[in-house]
Amino acid sequence: MQIPEFALKGLAGEDLSRPQPGLVCFIKEDCPTCQTVVPVLQALHEQWGDALPVIAVGQTAEGNRVLADRHGLSVPIADDSALKISFAADIDTVPTLFALGEDGTLAPGTAPQVGFVKDDWRAFLHALGSAAGRPELALDWDELPDWRPGCGSLSVDPQHADRLRAEADNSPIRARKLTIGALDDPFEFMFDQGFSDGLPLVPPTPERVLRMLGGTGRDPQSVIASMPPNLAELTVEKVAINAVMAGCKPEYLPVVIAAIEAICTDEYNIHGVMATTMGASPVIVVNGPIRRQIDMNMEVGALGQGNRANATIGRAVRLTVRNVGGARPGGTERSTLGNPAKFTQCFAEWEERHPWEPLHVERGFKREESVVTVFTMSSGPVLMVDQDSRSGRQLAASFGLCLEAIWHPRAHYATEALVVVCPEHVDTFVKDGFDKAAIRARIQEVTERRIADLAADDDCAVGFQPAALARMSDADRERKLAKFKDVGDIHMTVAGGDAGKFSGAFHGWATGTIGSQMVSRRIDD
Amino acid sequence: MTTILDPTDERVPVTRQLAPRSGTITGRLALLDIAKPKGNHLLDRLQALLMARHPQVEVTRYSKPTFTKPAPDALRAKIREENDFVIEALAD
Repeated sequence: MQIPEFALKGLAGEDLSRPQPGLVCFIKEDCPTCQTVVPVLQALHEQWGDALPVIAVGQTAEGNRVLADRHGLSVPIADDSALKISFAADIDTVPTLFALGEDGTLAPGTAPQVGFVKDDWRAFLHALGSAAGRPELALDWDELPDWRPGCGSLSVDPQHADRLRAEADNSPIRARKLTIGALDDPFEFMFDQGFSDGLPLVPPTPERVLRMLGGTGRDPQSVIASMPPNLAELTVEKVAINAVMAGCKPEYLPVVIAAIEAICTDEYNIHGVMATTMGASPVIVVNGPIRRQIDMNMEVGALGQGNRANATIGRAVRLTVRNVGGARPGGTERSTLGNPAKFTQCFAEWEERHPWEPLHVERGFKREESVVTVFTMSSGPVLMVDQDSRSGRQLAASFGLCLEAIWHPRAHYATEALVVVCPEHVDTFVKDGFDKAAIRARIQEVTERRIADLAADDDCAVGFQPAALARMSDADRERKLAKFKDVGDIHMTVAGGDAGKFSGAFHGWATGTIGSQMVSRRIDD
Repeated sequence: MTTILDPTDERVPVTRQLAPRSGTITGRLALLDIAKPKGNHLLDRLQALLMARHPQVEVTRYSKPTFTKPAPDALRAKIREENDFVIEALAD
């Protein structure tokens, strides 16, 4: 602990600076232990003050006056109601008494006295007086209690601590500060500046952003991505600002960061996802222990509203893309219809509700790892309504027939799907020993169509075009294509309430290297 | 007064933007006197110059009740409704 040089005002407006050498004691008026020690400070001031100046540093201006009046003090009391010196000196407890040497650092061989332990204070002052050649302090020590714990310093009070951290010289905050006039409404200001997705935002005050940054161990200034479309340098701090606006809790921040790292990869291609007229948007699936640590919803209504983590993690990702990346509807975001998932779309897998490998394990992670997976949807969740199938074989066939409508029934080999299997459907599959591989195979089996049957015709111009067909051999035209080019294009996860035979599917967007590929990322603290 | 942190990449200044300038002076112009002493002298002179040089401009005068407070909503709405431009005489 060190006390910085200071220039504070005393009760009469006089200038008070750090005494070198001298004694400094931090106090606040509403602390009973401080009331106990101020007579000691007064005695020190009266008896030793000529050679060893004493300054009390009080934490409230009004309290300083009350203390002086109540105890008839003449010892100088410095006004640290801004708490900057208390904060800089790292004071946790008042009273804390320091003896300073000629260079302003702690006097050699002394340690700050925290709270009041009579024997310690006596020994501390005796040693100090002896070293300075002062007579023993005349004080009726018997009047004083043997021991009193101190009180919390105002500088660590949650009401002030975050502000002080934000204002300190070593604050991790580097973002531009925007001052909103007293007559302006902060919520309206944020709308006016274009920061919002259309819904109100939580004002990202420095205090809130600092609390948010507490959710990650990462350096606030570390750059986690180059964010398209502006290819702006994205720091952890900027993510935290947008996470505050979205309504996140600090413990969600690692998930937001991992999701953003995932969408900013070349494989995921957030630039194209935002720019396309097709109305694509990220779907974020969370796996692993963090789902339960942050109370995500994976059960009733998991893909809908009502859960803070689900709602705000997805929103934070989208706001970051908007504000840092610069993707705004009408600008570089060109979706024809738009999509409600562009506000947010994030949920967790109900891993415990099925015996299959969860999504992240299928994708090469350990079950105990927390992982975020991003998939680009162009529609969905589109329900696959089957309340009638009693066998896994029938149900998987229903899935296939429903999924054939993705984009267009004639669009085979075109895209991918993220299937969200509901618990009742899980039970039907499990009863018949249908695992994910069997479901995928059956989907492919029932969607196989002859290329000739996927041809454009007079009724509908979508499909294999006449020129392309003309270049094919007869055998080629008889060749059958399943809906998906590869079984790996059928991604599967489990979520939803226990009642209801309604699974859903997110339909994909352009895939492969020209489009967007599913990306998973481990969530690190 | 509230301070918030900029959520953007900070490429664009956040200061209030000027309205687009047309390059010509036409239409309806409000001269707003904030009711600080001598502000009306300045506006009188400005109005005379404008009318001499730009007779096509339609000038209307307005006054705030007091310079110490923001213009009442009704006055701001009236000025906005009746004019294309505003010149405000800020101080004495």
